[in-house]
Amino acid sequence: MRIEIDALSVRYRSHLALDTVSLSAHPGEVLGVIGPNGSGKSTLLKAIAGVAAASGSIRFDGMSKRPAVIGYMPQGIEAKAALSVLEVVLLGRLGRLGLRVSRTDLEAASTILDEIGIAALAGRDIGALSGGQRQLVFLAQALAASPSILILDEPLSALDIRHQLEISALVRRLTAERALTTLIVLHDLPCAARLADRIAILREGRLVAVGTVADVLTAANVRAAFDVEASIGQDETGLPVVQSLRLS
Amino acid sequence: MTAVPGMTTADALTATYRGVQARRIAVLGAALATLVLSFLVDVATGPAMLSLGKVAGSVFGLTEDRTVDAIVWNIRLPVAVMAVLVGACLGLSGVIMQTILNNPLASSYTLGVSAGAGFGAGLVILFGSAIPLPEAYAIPLNAFLFAALACAGVYSIGRTRGATPEMLVLAGIAMLFLFQAGLALLQFIASPEALQSIVFWLFGSLQKATWPKAVIIAAVLLAMVPVLMHDLWRLTALKLGDERATGLGIAVGPLRLRAFVVISVLTGVAVAFVGTIGFIGLVAPHVARIFLGEDQRALLPGAALFGALTLSLASVASKTLLPGAIFPIGIVTALIGVPFFIWLIARSRRAYW
Repeated sequence: MRIEIDALSVRYRSHLALDTVSLSAHPGEVLGVIGPNGSGKSTLLKAIAGVAAASGSIRFDGMSKRPAVIGYMPQGIEAKAALSVLEVVLLGRLGRLGLRVSRTDLEAASTILDEIGIAALAGRDIGALSGGQRQLVFLAQALAASPSILILDEPLSALDIRHQLEISALVRRLTAERALTTLIVLHDLPCAARLADRIAILREGRLVAVGTVADVLTAANVRAAFDVEASIGQDETGLPVVQSLRLS
Repeated sequence: MTAVPGMTTADALTATYRGVQARRIAVLGAALATLVLSFLVDVATGPAMLSLGKVAGSVFGLTEDRTVDAIVWNIRLPVAVMAVLVGACLGLSGVIMQTILNNPLASSYTLGVSAGAGFGAGLVILFGSAIPLPEAYAIPLNAFLFAALACAGVYSIGRTRGATPEMLVLAGIAMLFLFQAGLALLQFIASPEALQSIVFWLFGSLQKATWPKAVIIAAVLLAMVPVLMHDLWRLTALKLGDERATGLGIAVGPLRLRAFVVISVLTGVAVAFVGTIGFIGLVAPHVARIFLGEDQRALLPGAALFGALTLSLASVASKTLLPGAIFPIGIVTALIGVPFFIWLIARSRRAYW
């Protein structure tokens, strides 16, 4: 589903968290959103997911109506509730759950738990898991209703490097296979370079740059957004590789 | 979950899920069976020392004994039925409050709704009723209205900052102190007789139970069931936090408001007729949560059943602790329930909050 954002602004009381941002995201594409702390990355995702009230326009395949199902994974990974992993994942299918949980719901949950590799955790309490495991569970929840839009706010932040690679590959594969429109906030520039097709850079609520990874992930843009000197090379396929970072 | 050869993940997951559901049904069934037992013992005990046979004969219409019939049908059965209904209302409203406020300390008692009811009752006891109604209904009506007022107060104050759980809890604490102060003022200016009436009302008592009152409570309880059925999954999702719930497509504000109305009606009607029985709305939800988890499909009926069971057992205890005397039920509930409650939460290993 194509997402077109025009002059989107979000105001938290007196603070303008997002300032007339315009960009678009397309099916089958991972759009990475990067920027310093407080630059409006999460706010942008919340506005698209319908969690934060915004002014300006967001269109989904040309319509202003938000689709009923959006796979949205907020940043936080704390969960204090006597709910099992399976129950948390089933809640991702909230709109379809009846008083009795159907075999279809259980099959959908088991498919996604398998794909993320956490089927063994299904019966465990969400509160008893490690932060990284909970992050995987919430990713499963976001995917459980087979959304056409996937919005992930720092989905890799609590994961070990192996899981970072696995989940990056999974998100890329699902985005391509199911033609998902995926928006993903990342802090780690090398991760963003690997995972995203296009990148949007925000600073102080404003869009600094948006485009393909090769076009946007440049030393100049990194300096403009973060005040950090980056040395960026290219891998054998021509994609940018972040080689070193230092304070300017 | 362990992998069994030839078994798909979906099969294993279904088996796990069915197992959990079966265990929940067993817990609910056991609670219901214990409640039935407690109800029967409640009907069979009392200062009149009637034999079990006589009571059973009267209940099932097998014997004709005017005195026994009068005691059983006019006193004991209404009391036992009211204990079950009021306990269910308090358990249910307590668990919904804890869920929507995401706070283990929330209950109609700790957030001022019971205090509001007490103040409303005190007003009528002291100044009489503005509308011509017998006192047996004027006091409950005013108690109900002030319980609803306290709820409305909590919600409207909480709403000024977006009705977040923290803000609503703070507003509830403010209501508690406000109505307690009002009640203290009423007690301060009351005549000794009126003061005694107020204090007795606050203790909570089932002894003024009648069939019409029981029917009113039952009707209200039944009316709330379809409202709650509609929101079961949404309430469960709310436990994961407002942002996640909103992301799942839930309109969190309207959901909280709906739940608040249900809470105010359930607590209001329960407390109005029997006085402030504080402990059940706090403890029954925790007991239910420990045994059933947070899935509201099991938790809501569970909290209602454990609430009913607690008050029914307390009703029995209030009659048997001191032969020939009936203890105020609110006091008995707390005295017996608190040690049990502490033991239960201290040994619980699940992470709830």
